[in-house]
Amino acid sequence: MTMSPRTRWRYAVNNVMLTLTALCTISTISILFFILGYLVVNGISSFDLAFFTQLPKAPGESGGGMANAIIGSALMVGLASLIGIPVGFLGGIYLAEYDGGWFSNAVRYAADLLNGIPSIVLGIVAWNLLVVPMKSFSAWAGGVALSLILIPIIVRSTEQFLRAVPNSLREGALALGANKATTTLTVIVPAARRGILTGIILGVARIAGETAPLLFTSLNNQFWTTSLGQPTASLPVMIFTHAISPYDDWHRQAWAAGLVLLTIVLLANITARFVVSRNVG
Amino acid sequence: MRHFTIELEELKTKLLQMGGMVEAAVHRSVRAVVERDVELAKKVREGEGAINTMEMEIDELATKLLVLQQPVARDLRFLTSVLKINTDLERMGDLANNLASRAQSLSKLPALKLDIDIPHMSSLVESMLLKSLDAFLRADADLAQDVLMSDDEVDRIRGEAYGEIVAHMQANPSDVQAGVEMIFVVRNLERIGDHATNMAEDVIYMAKGVDVRHHAKTSV
Amino acid sequence: MRSVNLNFFYSQFQALHDINLEIESNKITALIGPSGCGKSTFLRTLNRINETIRGANYTGEILLDGVSVLSQDVTSLRRRVGMVFQKSNPFPKSIFDNIAYGPKVNGMTAKADLEVTVERSLRRSALWEEVKDKLQKPASALSGGQQQRLCIARAMAVEPEVLLLDEPCSALDPIATLKIEELLFSIKDSTTIVIVTHNMQQAARVADKTGFFMLGKLVEFDRTETIFKNPSKKETEDYVTGRFG
Repeated sequence: MTMSPRTRWRYAVNNVMLTLTALCTISTISILFFILGYLVVNGISSFDLAFFTQLPKAPGESGGGMANAIIGSALMVGLASLIGIPVGFLGGIYLAEYDGGWFSNAVRYAADLLNGIPSIVLGIVAWNLLVVPMKSFSAWAGGVALSLILIPIIVRSTEQFLRAVPNSLREGALALGANKATTTLTVIVPAARRGILTGIILGVARIAGETAPLLFTSLNNQFWTTSLGQPTASLPVMIFTHAISPYDDWHRQAWAAGLVLLTIVLLANITARFVVSRNVG
Repeated sequence: MRHFTIELEELKTKLLQMGGMVEAAVHRSVRAVVERDVELAKKVREGEGAINTMEMEIDELATKLLVLQQPVARDLRFLTSVLKINTDLERMGDLANNLASRAQSLSKLPALKLDIDIPHMSSLVESMLLKSLDAFLRADADLAQDVLMSDDEVDRIRGEAYGEIVAHMQANPSDVQAGVEMIFVVRNLERIGDHATNMAEDVIYMAKGVDVRHHAKTSV
Repeated sequence: MRSVNLNFFYSQFQALHDINLEIESNKITALIGPSGCGKSTFLRTLNRINETIRGANYTGEILLDGVSVLSQDVTSLRRRVGMVFQKSNPFPKSIFDNIAYGPKVNGMTAKADLEVTVERSLRRSALWEEVKDKLQKPASALSGGQQQRLCIARAMAVEPEVLLLDEPCSALDPIATLKIEELLFSIKDSTTIVIVTHNMQQAARVADKTGFFMLGKLVEFDRTETIFKNPSKKETEDYVTGRFG
């Protein structure tokens, strides 16, 4: 088959573009795999049972773990979730279902702004609000700082997914004599539940990796935390302090902690994907 | 213009063509009777086939449009009226044919000395047919109403003619055969008038959606 | 049900002008007209579902059994005046829960009562035989036509006095459409039905009375046979014979 010059030109352009996009894709995922591989290579040597069960050792001593930081992170993320999920969820419902003009717009704008504020600024706020009056760094302060990041994320994602529910479902429920609240809780939220859940999982995964706000609020702790009012260790801060230390042992521990954190975030993302793609009516 | 509208126009033209053919047949057959013109009578009888063919064509087209277009309102009334008028016209064609055969029979018999005005009656009937067709063409209910009036006059003339012919036959038994033929002539003319009346009633329904048959009082 | 001098506005835009229309009990009333003529808007004022749109307001009166619709509690009004929408909108729940939804929000709690109601509604909607073995399956597993009949069954489960249908068959094939029309015939002995349709043959087939809307006005309202055989207004005639616009 002979091709006209025009057709041949089109084929040529097509091939060039295809190659370009393929190259971009490959470079993107290769960076990701490079980081993953680097973390595994450097962290795997300290990645043992002790890492999950023991306290950090003093500089110079080898071995030890970050059990206190794992528990501390779980504690503060849990605290942030307890505050952030209900507030964010209900706020999202308000914005999506009870759109009331200027006030809703102001709230929505504020949430977007809050999403864009560097997390360290939110750390300072929590420090001012809690650390200063309580005269101590604490898990409380860390949890609150993280919740400040979590709330706007959940507000906006909940709102988006609720808005994506077809209006015909709202009208369908209203037409059966359901009131607004019943309609929202029994039809609209269930219809959007997978999306809402995904937003929550991704939000929680995001705050699990936050470092900056915790530096001002929960600080760090080389030992077990026995009360929420104490300074508390967390994985991100632990990574930070170990990585900037001059000790090789600590560096290896930091790599291992990075690997654990990345695994947690990855699992959360995969779970979110799984939730979204599950085919339930 | 919509395709359907074009086809409706086509149907209307065909029906008017058929009306023209029937009109000519009626006119010629009456002349054949009055002028004892055997040749003209023959022509009328030869033309019957064309009228029958036309009737079938119109039926087919109208039925097709009913099925395919599922017409409503004035289109529906137009199509149902066309179907009925079509039948009336074909019947008038048959009656003209019948008149022509009476003309052939009468030409073999001695002429009757009668005081009945066949030309007047026939011109009345022909004008009813003409008016009905005109009223159909223009969807003119008032003109159609005129036709209904004329029918009474035709019926009256027929009544008188019957009496006259019967009296003549009683007085001149040798003319009985011709007299019977004449009764058929009058009868056929009157029947043509009846069909013209039916047509006029259909036109009124078509134009106004009002049923005036059998002194119906309900509007549709 | 009756509307008196009803005017309806979306903010500044007047969508309905002075509509006076008497909907006869236990009859099927069809509303036809070109897109944007106000027929759906009118339908949606009858159960006040239009109120969910911001800027909606009206003057005039709608009466149900002689009592003003506008001054009634809106949820109890909607229990009496049910609605089925253009696009079937089954809730993302099981077939059973879809039908039981209306009775539940209206206070029916006993499982046995709900089961009886669900079966009765599905039987009335001629859907029972098709779904009785999969009541716990999600409603989204049904075909388009079945989903729409499910929505009718769902509306019927609260036993409304009036059922409003907004182009219920516009997305359905002819067989599914006929099933819905048969369904309307079978429920009209106990329910007043108002149906908005773009399909004039459908209006002609199912409706006892038909109203023709144009540019927000009710142009003509008469027996369906009259509308399609001998309408009195030229606009109606032009519309039903396809000479519109």
